[in-house]
Amino acid sequence: MKDTDIKRLLYAHLLCIFSIILSIFIPSFFLENFSILETHLTWLCICSVFVTAVNLVLYLVVKPNASSKRSSLSYKVTRFLKCCIYFLMSCFFFHVIFVLYGAPLIELVLETFLFAVILSTFTTVPCLCLLGPNIKAWLRVFSRNGVTSIWENSLQITTISSFIGTWLGAFPIPLDWERPWQVWPISCTLGATFGYVAGLVISPLWIYWNRKQLTYKNK
Amino acid sequence: MRLRSGTFAACCVVIEVLGVALFLRGFFPTPVRSSSRTEHQAEPPAPEPSAGASSNWTKLPPPLFRKVVIMLIDGLRDDFVFGSKGVKFMPYTTYLVEKGASHSFVAEAKLPTVTMPRIKALMTGSLPGFIDVVRNLNSPAVLEDNVITQAEAAGKRIIFYGDETWVKLFPRHFVEYDGTTSFFVSDYTEVDDNVTRHLDKVLKRGDWDVLILHYLGLDHIGHVSGPSSPLIGHKLREMDSILMKIHTSLLSEERETLVPNLLVLCGDHGMSETGGHGASSVEELNTALILISSAFERKPGDIRRPKHVQQTDLAATLAIGLGLPIPGNSVGSLLFPTVEGRPVREQLRFLHLNAVQLSKLLQENVPSYTKEPGFEQFKMSERLHGNWIRLYLEENNSEVLFNLGAKVRRQYLDALRTLSLSLSRQVAQYDIYSMLVGTVMVLEVLALLLLSIPQALSSKAELEVPLWSPAFSLLFYLMFLVLSALHVIVCTSAESSCYFCGLSWLTAGGVMALISALLCAVVSALAKMFAAGKFLSKNPAHPKARWSELDVLILLGTMGHVLSLGASSFIEEEHQTWYFLINTLCLALCHEIYRNCFLRDDCEPQQCSHVEEGFVSTAPALQDRSIHCNMLEPHRVSKDPTSLDTLRGCEKWMVLASPWVILTCCRLLRSLNQTGVQWAHRPDLGHWLTSSDHKAALSLLAALSLIVIFALVQRRCSLTSKIAMALGLLGVYCYRAAIGNVLFPWQQDSKDISKGVIEARFVHVFVLGILFTGTKDLLKSQVIAADFTIKTVGLWEIYSGLVLLAALLFRPHNLPVLVFSLFIQTVMTQFIWKPLRHDAAEITIMHYWFGQAFFYFQGNSNNIATVDVSAGFVGLDTYMEVPAMFLTAFATFAGPVLWASHLVSFLSSETSSGSALGHACFCYALICSFPVSAYIILVTSLRYHLFIWSVFSPKLLYEGMHILITAAICAFFTAMDQTNAKS
Repeated sequence: MKDTDIKRLLYAHLLCIFSIILSIFIPSFFLENFSILETHLTWLCICSVFVTAVNLVLYLVVKPNASSKRSSLSYKVTRFLKCCIYFLMSCFFFHVIFVLYGAPLIELVLETFLFAVILSTFTTVPCLCLLGPNIKAWLRVFSRNGVTSIWENSLQITTISSFIGTWLGAFPIPLDWERPWQVWPISCTLGATFGYVAGLVISPLWIYWNRKQLTYKNK
Repeated sequence: MRLRSGTFAACCVVIEVLGVALFLRGFFPTPVRSSSRTEHQAEPPAPEPSAGASSNWTKLPPPLFRKVVIMLIDGLRDDFVFGSKGVKFMPYTTYLVEKGASHSFVAEAKLPTVTMPRIKALMTGSLPGFIDVVRNLNSPAVLEDNVITQAEAAGKRIIFYGDETWVKLFPRHFVEYDGTTSFFVSDYTEVDDNVTRHLDKVLKRGDWDVLILHYLGLDHIGHVSGPSSPLIGHKLREMDSILMKIHTSLLSEERETLVPNLLVLCGDHGMSETGGHGASSVEELNTALILISSAFERKPGDIRRPKHVQQTDLAATLAIGLGLPIPGNSVGSLLFPTVEGRPVREQLRFLHLNAVQLSKLLQENVPSYTKEPGFEQFKMSERLHGNWIRLYLEENNSEVLFNLGAKVRRQYLDALRTLSLSLSRQVAQYDIYSMLVGTVMVLEVLALLLLSIPQALSSKAELEVPLWSPAFSLLFYLMFLVLSALHVIVCTSAESSCYFCGLSWLTAGGVMALISALLCAVVSALAKMFAAGKFLSKNPAHPKARWSELDVLILLGTMGHVLSLGASSFIEEEHQTWYFLINTLCLALCHEIYRNCFLRDDCEPQQCSHVEEGFVSTAPALQDRSIHCNMLEPHRVSKDPTSLDTLRGCEKWMVLASPWVILTCCRLLRSLNQTGVQWAHRPDLGHWLTSSDHKAALSLLAALSLIVIFALVQRRCSLTSKIAMALGLLGVYCYRAAIGNVLFPWQQDSKDISKGVIEARFVHVFVLGILFTGTKDLLKSQVIAADFTIKTVGLWEIYSGLVLLAALLFRPHNLPVLVFSLFIQTVMTQFIWKPLRHDAAEITIMHYWFGQAFFYFQGNSNNIATVDVSAGFVGLDTYMEVPAMFLTAFATFAGPVLWASHLVSFLSSETSSGSALGHACFCYALICSFPVSAYIILVTSLRYHLFIWSVFSPKLLYEGMHILITAAICAFFTAMDQTNAKS
């Protein structure tokens, strides 16, 4: 039972990674002069759409958490709307945090906001898919000993590694190498992407490695 | 011997200061010197070389010019004259450059681009050592051979008007002088009028040979409002008219005497895009240099681009021009265009004199000088020169003579260039032995500190320092003997000069004894730790302390910062590192607060998940590696239940909002002063406020800031110091109004700008008064042991006295920094440290981080140019070294000092544990000495890096100063700790 779960997790994650790779290569067939660095904003949008789509599909297909008690249409619609609002709020929240970290307030607003969008895609969207719009549950998952399934465990790992990737991505900015990828916010978005991918790769392996020690209590 | 950990840490830092001082002495090389210093004049000048035939030219050639006027404009960078600004504002100079009888150059200044070393470079032709910056303010007289001394010795009468640095450098050389002071940066008209007012009289008189004018106004404008200010244009126009006046007067005089005069227009250093100087950007290095004389012929239509030359070349040129011997330490080569109009024989004679002087300097400074390419070139050209003289004396065919002459000239010029270059390179010679001894001391202290962490941070805060055990003394004597032997061997075999060998034997022996004692202490601490480790492994029941996310962040942040010091960009932009770290710290605190607030209730029974015991035993190995491992560890058992749940609604919301408030404050402060290098040109609030159009806004802001400072500080003071504080802050505003920075509402345009000495002294009196009251309270609390509140009040009063002093010294646009610093301290005390109950070590490190960030929020950087020197003259009439040094150091390091003193007062007001102060002192010493030690090693290994002088050395000076201040802070801590222990 557990091994099959881990296997499903692994396939799901591979699909996510595949979607990111696709987002790099597919647009070049349709758009001229497409490259990650030069048309960075386009890539950000496309990558964000791809990853969101894959996450939604996975959520619908795999259904990692137990189905909710009520399944009326109106409930689903309000839930979906709530999720959208949460997503937007998280984008603005990240934007504010970037500005607090020193991103320019007025110039490059679009760049900063799209960076917030992609970081939300890597972190908030999986949370929304898995946990729903439920802040208490989020706080539970992101504190010690709060996880209740391998899905939540992997969510924790991917989210935190995305954040760490973004954090580390800011480091090359002050260096005087004058490379195109040092421009705000490219190094950070790349850092976030690498962090997310690393989290996707690491989490199934880590869970597999520690499968003997990990037990989850059901509610 | 048992020591309290505070005392131990203070001793360690003091030893470390000694080590760093020794290192610094070895690191900053002494400049290239000729061994025959001022006796140089006695030597006869080198005779003309001649192969066989005897030449009759053995004396120095006669002067080329009758009178020389040197017009030095401080901060005259090249594009002010040769660029679009020059064309627009300096029409006469542009005319001279383009069509007149002149030679124009772009003279490249060397580091540091500060006035005093630059004047020395211009007049001696040597390259002053980097350490001269530190002595910039108290300029001692020049003892080296220089043009001024030579001219005076040759009976020339020299008149000087301008920056009084010259008068200090050359105290008895001028027959007439009027020094203006450069301390009041906001004044840029009167300094120059004080120079110009003498001009009419002096130009009419004929009783002088050299006239030196040093105009400071341009540099002052740069400091106050930057190089793109409209004031620059006015100033350049004024300078242009002065130049025209001098030039016409010289020309009219020449018509009578028929001997050419020389007018030199030059700058000492440039001006960066922000208006400062001291660093190595192209704008700071490139200065204009124009030589004007009717002796320079020029055909019409001869358009020349200004050539790039070295600033040091001027000294040799002036010496030749005045018919003086070239200064012995000069590394410059003659500016050849100035002698181009002379006969070939004279040209060659000048070049030969210059080459002889340079090669002599090379012989004295480089042991293997014969292998230097420049020296070989010189020898060859000297031989050719001899041949040429023989041909010349034999009155040979003129064409052969001409061709050979051209060849000799070319060879000489090549030789001069090579010699000059290899001499300039000689400046970077390190005294490795002193550096090594200093490094060893610092590293041993660091090792000792690191090894004693477990003991020093135990609840008793005491540790055993093994000083008298017998085995220890045997090792000690052995070490001492070995080191002394090494010292003797090194010092007797060293070729180059070494500072440490120059010390007396007693001092050197003392240092050796200290080193071996420290080594023994480290060894015994290691041995003890191994023994303890064995003991611990026998009983595995020992409870391991768990690391929270905050601890991991603090550890990683400190490590990351230290590692980042290896890259020059990260040093230039160190403020970004600190802003980044404190932001992350705030977010981590935010996470902690929210978790405590929301999950306290339902997480208590540990219901969610749990980690099996088998995993726990493997966990410690993983725990400090990454954060997500920590997520899976069980809660810290030892952690007290926080008092968050006891808070009431309103207060809880305040707690929840506090990290965001702090983050917002930091973001605002960040946009107040742009610092560093890459983004320094970006517009910031500070420049907006200091520009003259927004004086009203600045006044309002300053007044508001002072009121808020009073509101935040007064709440814990006694009544007397409350009143003193209020009056003092009022005095600060009056002082700023008096020197013309801010306005009183009833006085719209203040014409009379005074030095504000009275107002500043008024504030100084209150600062001293408050500090005195605080000290009195502390002493009282020591006598009456029972009264605890008196001590808290006393500490707070000392802290508020420092705040008042900082308010006086900060520029008015920086007062918000002080306000936010106080505000953040209040918020953190009230809503974060008290409710979350962090331990003393964590609080100390947070204070240190914030202190560092505030160092940069003030507008400081790792660049000498950003030190606000004007702070050293607040309330002083004349330059007094000790108070000025103290005030400047305090104003520069106000951020770290204020946070550290807040730490003392906060920790002693928390009655909870007696050992908190000791722990804090130990942590502070450790966290400050870690970067210093790492940096010393880094700098040693990067000593041939391209940016060593421009980036790494200034940072090294800052680090040295920082460790000195840390030592003072630790001493204060220890004193407080002692009184604590007694009471």
